[in-house]
Amino acid sequence: MNKQVIPCRKAFTDTILEEAKLNKNIFVVTSDARGSVTLDQFAMELPGQFVEVGIAEQNAVGVGAGLALCGNNVFVCGPACFYSARGLEQIKVDVAYTQSNVKIIGVSGGVSYGALGATHHSLHDIAVMRTFPGMEVYLPADRFQTRKLIQYLSKSHKPAYVRMGRNAVPDVYNENDEFDFGKANVLSDGKDITLIGTGETVYYALQAAVKLSESGVNATVLDLCTIKPLDKKTVLNAVKKTGRVLTVEEHSIYGGMGSMIAELTAQGYPVKMKILGIPDENAINAKPMEIFEYYGLTSENIYKEATKLLND
Amino acid sequence: MYSIAELEREAIEIRKRTVEIIYNAGGGHTGGSMSQVDILTALYFSVLKIDPGRPDDMKRDRFILSKGHSVEGYYAVLARRGFIEDILLETYGKFNSELTGHATRKTRGIELNSGALGHGLSVGVGMALASKRQGIGFRTFVLMGDGEHGEGSIMEAAASAGHYMLDNLIAIIDRNRLQISGPTEEVLTIENLRKKYEAFGWAVTSVDGHDVGALIDVFNRCPIEKGRPTFIIANTVKGKGVSFMENQASWHHKVPTADELKQAIKELNERKEALHE
Repeated sequence: MNKQVIPCRKAFTDTILEEAKLNKNIFVVTSDARGSVTLDQFAMELPGQFVEVGIAEQNAVGVGAGLALCGNNVFVCGPACFYSARGLEQIKVDVAYTQSNVKIIGVSGGVSYGALGATHHSLHDIAVMRTFPGMEVYLPADRFQTRKLIQYLSKSHKPAYVRMGRNAVPDVYNENDEFDFGKANVLSDGKDITLIGTGETVYYALQAAVKLSESGVNATVLDLCTIKPLDKKTVLNAVKKTGRVLTVEEHSIYGGMGSMIAELTAQGYPVKMKILGIPDENAINAKPMEIFEYYGLTSENIYKEATKLLND
Repeated sequence: MYSIAELEREAIEIRKRTVEIIYNAGGGHTGGSMSQVDILTALYFSVLKIDPGRPDDMKRDRFILSKGHSVEGYYAVLARRGFIEDILLETYGKFNSELTGHATRKTRGIELNSGALGHGLSVGVGMALASKRQGIGFRTFVLMGDGEHGEGSIMEAAASAGHYMLDNLIAIIDRNRLQISGPTEEVLTIENLRKKYEAFGWAVTSVDGHDVGALIDVFNRCPIEKGRPTFIIANTVKGKGVSFMENQASWHHKVPTADELKQAIKELNERKEALHE
């Protein structure tokens, strides 16, 4: 990968710094995660809009809600594993239920921390966040989409959860691509099968589609960066056209994006389906990419499972 | 400006309305609703810079009911103070009422949805920070329960308030010494509260939580130390104002019968009469 490619979390911090310089109502709150989120420059340049609360995620979310209820747009940032578990009741009550203008930025999400163990994995976050009424959920696929998403959220007044990974990931998009957040992004339009990815798995879904096309299979590929609100129309249109759907996510196979698509199709247009994700076990100790390979979140396995689904 | 005597009468009217609301709804948190009434009366009728006609004024003082279950007493205060219509209280506990069984922002004048304990102080810290950082200049008051102090998140919030020297933040504990299972110190020792908060950089004082005049005095003196948030231990009686409810853990969320309601109103009226003498 090009060494110029920055991780999504760095794209976030670069963008939020630009936005916060233009808008004094943007605040960043963090819990001793300046380094992991890459917020040092923000803290140095805009100390008046930066709040450090120490290792205290519950307090970080509550403080963020308090700032937001005074007319501010607050980005509460730290590892996704801690915010989606330790800070969850505050997200449920002070953010979603209260409808305070807080964006939870969960970095190093999924299995980004590799062999650090289940304490540091967030493979349940989509499942919980999407069940809170009024909570938007986003998983950007690369640095360019992250940048546009943060620009969008800087002007939004709604609570949201954003999950991104730790390491740089291959580009899916170009610098000038525009996004309609809230809508599924149709990356290719085929008639044979629908592949749906979210976050880092979008890249692998696209690669798999290229391989499938070499075998004469035309796949529709959807980037479900916006997990919630779910763009039911685009998903159902694709599923109706292709009659098969495969989902791939860096999340438990229970309750995540695949489950959400299954809920939709089972009730709206039942089709054969495969959900790829992390099974109901604590992920093995390995590097993130090795974990992806072990559990089949790769273009090769997507290709293989898609072929099986087509022959089923 | 109300006189202390007028406020004491007001507090009795609020207590009467509180027991009526709970009786009509067939549910509610009686003990804590009653113990907090004098604190809320002092705040809403004297101390807080608020205007029921402009509940969104950016410069208004902020009040957070962190012990969100004591909402019936709070609803009575908001109605008496003109934030909500008294007739709305009749819907409480009825199908699809606008009034929830814990505080929510759907109700005019309420700043935060609460009900899960240990949240309010963190939100208060955020508000106090906004007021200071953005030069708005309002004060933030957070009312917590004593049983609520089992929640560790309060200690996170207390630490951050001390760290940021939020002398525009005032936390009050409704120290009625009872929680649902019994005396607080038997359920879980929360003392020494003074030392705990002082260790986090707060200025701490205590007051008779049923002495409206003393409460107003202490609130108006805040911050009692420049550069420090203020923690006020308001010593109260759970179920205050009705003899058979006072100091009874069983009245945490017990609902009065028709006879008990009658008796409660009679006692409260007698107390009001006694105030005139």
